[in-house]
Amino acid sequence: MNYKLIFSIARSLLMARWKQTLIAAIGVTFSITMFIALLGFMTGLNGLLDGLILNRTPHIRLYNEIKPTHLQPVMLDSAYHTSYHFIHSIKSVTSRQDIYNSEAVIDAIKKDKRVDGVTPKIIAPIFYNDGAVDITGAVNGIDAEEESRLFHFQDYVVSGNINDLTIIPNSIILGKPLAEKLLIAIGDNVQIVTIKGDQFSLKVVGFYQSGLQDYDKTQGFASLATTQKLLGKPNNYFTDLQVKLFELDAAPAVAKEYAAKFGTQAEDIQTANAQFETGSFIRTLISYAVGITLLIVAGFGIYNILNMMIYEKMDSIAILKATGFAGRDVKTIFLFISLSIGIAGGLLGLLFGFILSFIIDQIPFVTTSLPTVTTYPVNYNPVYYMIAAGFSLATTFFAGFFPAKKASKVDPVVIIRGK
Amino acid sequence: MKTILEAQHINKYFSNPNKVKVLNDINFTINEGEFVTVIGKSGCGKSTLLYILSTMDTDHEGSLVIDGEKMDAKKDWELARIRNEKIGFIFQFHYLLNEFSVLRNVMLPGLKLGKFTEKEIEKQALEKLAMLDIEHLAHKRANRISGGEKQRVAIARALINNPAIIMGDEPTGNLDKKNREIVFDIFSSLAKEYNQTLLIVTHDESMAAISNRIIEMEDGRIIN
Repeated sequence: MNYKLIFSIARSLLMARWKQTLIAAIGVTFSITMFIALLGFMTGLNGLLDGLILNRTPHIRLYNEIKPTHLQPVMLDSAYHTSYHFIHSIKSVTSRQDIYNSEAVIDAIKKDKRVDGVTPKIIAPIFYNDGAVDITGAVNGIDAEEESRLFHFQDYVVSGNINDLTIIPNSIILGKPLAEKLLIAIGDNVQIVTIKGDQFSLKVVGFYQSGLQDYDKTQGFASLATTQKLLGKPNNYFTDLQVKLFELDAAPAVAKEYAAKFGTQAEDIQTANAQFETGSFIRTLISYAVGITLLIVAGFGIYNILNMMIYEKMDSIAILKATGFAGRDVKTIFLFISLSIGIAGGLLGLLFGFILSFIIDQIPFVTTSLPTVTTYPVNYNPVYYMIAAGFSLATTFFAGFFPAKKASKVDPVVIIRGK
Repeated sequence: MKTILEAQHINKYFSNPNKVKVLNDINFTINEGEFVTVIGKSGCGKSTLLYILSTMDTDHEGSLVIDGEKMDAKKDWELARIRNEKIGFIFQFHYLLNEFSVLRNVMLPGLKLGKFTEKEIEKQALEKLAMLDIEHLAHKRANRISGGEKQRVAIARALINNPAIIMGDEPTGNLDKKNREIVFDIFSSLAKEYNQTLLIVTHDESMAAISNRIIEMEDGRIIN
């Protein structure tokens, strides 16, 4: 088939009705633009909301919970194995809260190929003391560098430098609302009383704002060594091990495995934050539904315009057929018209979609809960651009296919004799 | 002498709303260089016959041979190829493509055939236009020229692939006297000077008068 000739005929037919062609192309452009902007914005927002919790939550958290042992002495006695046990006044023992043999556990987890990283944490309940006022709170002992790499800790530190935690001994980063309550600025000292009654003075090197106000009102962050000192514990005392995996989805299985292997509690992120996944799934689904609806509507627009063009060009189709163009040539001409509307409109749509996304990206979006975010979040994932391009081609192809088939079936005798 | 077109026992029915026989056992041959006209009253089936002979209407009985090739059971695209290469068409209503220039209209069947390069086809098209004294219209748009001129352009287009036969369905039916005479002159000079085979359906007596052979039809039969 002579594609050059087919192309030139298709182009002439297009140019002859350039206004309608333009409207059809604008329809495609508009729908692709909206599809991209909508999905980019929605998934950007999803990422932001998920990140609020998911980014700084360990995929698996290993810890020891205070609870009564489920093996009571009476159960161990073989004489009473078949009996039913009534035990009164069971108490939780003051067992150790730290992870037993923590260094070996950390080494074992680090060797696991599924694990991106593991970092220990110490949670120390304390009082912040300001003259006559005591505020109940906690100091979190963390490895600032690993905490930042794995859980984006630095994103939430609104002033000060996280490295100071390790460089300056006896230093602390306070939640911003807490610091406001204590009337403390960076460089000041804060008085801390541990639950055992020991007093410490820690230097404030930064402020922290997580977006969860109640959390920020009570929390402070110090280095692992400082926290161990507060508690009077050795340097292998860790209350939590936080694990980040390469595959988020593997967390429940790995958590179960670790719980059995290391004899600790292991909580996975899915169990801890089940509602987030559902929310983002629904939002993405809605965006796709709206975007695809837009494209299908544009497809109907092209279908209508091509159908009209075929009625208008009946004579031309008949004459082409009479002078030696086969049905499939005519079909190719109309498919070509449809696809060129799709390609031109689609490419422009991709461009405008990117521009619109970029504009949305510039709109200020300031919220106290998200100190690192200053403008609306937009996701520029090329996958959405590819989906949009694929869909615009597919819809225009089908919108063109049926009119083109009809055109190929036009009987020139009927048209020519009908005059 | 070479046979260009041969019709053997062609029958044709219209089945809407009742089955009516419109062509009844049509047999004839056309030899190379003959100028044949088909005449008859309206509704005698002469146009129907022409469209069967042109391969556009395949819904008939009997067989058709064009330039030694049997047309039976050929596929749509094969017939299109034969129309393109062997048959030149002229209709009662000009039927140019308005989206193209006159020159491009003449060139289209040549481009479709693809035997020559675009440059060569353009040269041939200009020659055909010059032959019909309308080369000055070459770059005008097809809908900007007069009816008589359009018909001459259509003749040039029919000639572009040097077809074995030119078929016309009332080619002068829609023209005034002056243009009709121009078309008559073109046809007779094509037949005489270029030895072109022509098959023209007409009810114009003066057209029939300049042809070599007249086939007269009545009620779906050849009577003369």
